Amino acid sequence: MKSLIQKKKQLRNFQKNKIVKTNELKVKSKTENLSIIRDFVSSYAADAGIASDIIENIILAVDEACTNIIKHAYHSVPDGEIIIKLKLSGKKFIVTIKDYGNSFSPEKIPEPDLQKYYRQKKVGGLGMYLMKTLMDDVKYHSVPGKYNEVLLSKSIKIGKSNVRQ
Amino acid sequence: MADFNTSIKEQGDVSIINLKGYLDAHTAPMLENNFVNLISKNKFKIVVDFKELAYISSAGLGVFMAYVEEIRQNKGDIKLSGMSEKVYNIFDLLGFPLLYEIFNSEEEAIKKFSEK
Repeated sequence: MKSLIQKKKQLRNFQKNKIVKTNELKVKSKTENLSIIRDFVSSYAADAGIASDIIENIILAVDEACTNIIKHAYHSVPDGEIIIKLKLSGKKFIVTIKDYGNSFSPEKIPEPDLQKYYRQKKVGGLGMYLMKTLMDDVKYHSVPGKYNEVLLSKSIKIGKSNVRQ
Repeated sequence: MADFNTSIKEQGDVSIINLKGYLDAHTAPMLENNFVNLISKNKFKIVVDFKELAYISSAGLGVFMAYVEEIRQNKGDIKLSGMSEKVYNIFDLLGFPLLYEIFNSEEEAIKKFSEK
């Protein structure tokens, strides 16, 4: 009985989180949705034939961007909205992530200094550093009080084309 | 669905945390609890084995930073083992190999504690 209720709940959650278009995912600002977000990016990128090492980098960058949104834009309040759009434009894979939380200034986030973290036991900025390292370009656009947008892009190589016939 | 779990075993005075699955902002608190529990029992010699870890994000990496100093101040250490190339690359990007000893196998990491 309990499992039936759980299944219904899962289904409801799934419908709530459902993919509107094949290249758009709308989810609530909960960390439990990070795995849904990763699966979404993974299956879209795999269908596009992108090499798996590049897919892994894109997945991690998107995870970091969404984690930052959940923690900093929505302050871990779970009913905020995150909209992820994926696009393949020529040889570029472009991810746009939009939220309606607090805007933030990326330039205020310092480059991570591990020695400093070690001394202060404070961790932060690692995610943003990873995003910049794993992607070719990371851009932020905020309209304070309205929305924030992160644009991640990466030049891709198509996995299949690497295989010589 | 938390696709992550940990298990802890003891070998002599060394505690080994085995990680399995996906370590992200959602699952990192589970690993934090492991460290808090071990520290509360004065167990400061800790090996974290990554053999079955499929994925790590910075939230997972942050857990190691949060507890390592307290552990070292108590004459212990966090040693890491069994990382896949993919997971090691993420550690490497952030400069973690300078701060942590990383071994191929759990056994080598445990052995290192007895050498000191």
